[in-house]
Amino acid sequence: MQRLVVGAGYGLKDWLAQRITGVVMAVFTLIMFAAALGGAMASREAWQAFMANGFIRFLSFLFIVSLCYHAWVGVRDIWMDYLNSAALRLFLHVMTLLALVGYAGWAIQIIWRL
Amino acid sequence: MSEMTKQRPKHLALHEIRLPLAGFASILHRVSGAGLFLMLPLLIWLLQLSLGSTQDSATMFAAVTGNWLVKLILLGLLWAFLHHFCMGIRILLIDIHVGVEKQQAHNSAMTVMVVSLALTAILGLKLLGAY
Repeated sequence: MQRLVVGAGYGLKDWLAQRITGVVMAVFTLIMFAAALGGAMASREAWQAFMANGFIRFLSFLFIVSLCYHAWVGVRDIWMDYLNSAALRLFLHVMTLLALVGYAGWAIQIIWRL
Repeated sequence: MSEMTKQRPKHLALHEIRLPLAGFASILHRVSGAGLFLMLPLLIWLLQLSLGSTQDSATMFAAVTGNWLVKLILLGLLWAFLHHFCMGIRILLIDIHVGVEKQQAHNSAMTVMVVSLALTAILGLKLLGAY
């Protein structure tokens, strides 16, 4: 039997993850906006002191992880919708995944050494 | 294959699609997400420079953000983020069955477009140092 490579086997889980990570990022965005109004971005020193706070660092970590998972689901959907070639899709899926894992490590390292 | 079996996978013929406003706002959700993804390295680099402890990082941050091309990209990313954010809230509301009717969905798509552009203008002028 001729089989098509579509990469099925997800669905509700990714749909739900996209919502949860989206809400986490939305809440973080509102906190950052409130902080900006409160002067957290008024100067370089104020910004660095704000980001070094333990609780903010915890939230930043959650934001970075959420962002990368969210981007993985979203970008993967783009490749699946527009690319016919299974080989090209697989290649770009892997590239996307590797890039996002690298970005996550890079960004977490920036906030964690503060 | 029997006639009942659907052809999978399905692929979209973009040039044949005529979108209503809600569809246009929806594809912009995708475009803005793709743009934010592509520019992630720039954003993380700026985060690194903004949080760097050395004078070099402070100087570099000022130089990079002072470049007009970078400012233009950041302005575009600001819109992309705001549109993606507003559309995300619209999607979450539709998930819980708020605004599912055709006219409501059209109105909420219009609201997303207007609000995200207005916020881009307000915050963008701040970004460009207008006030």
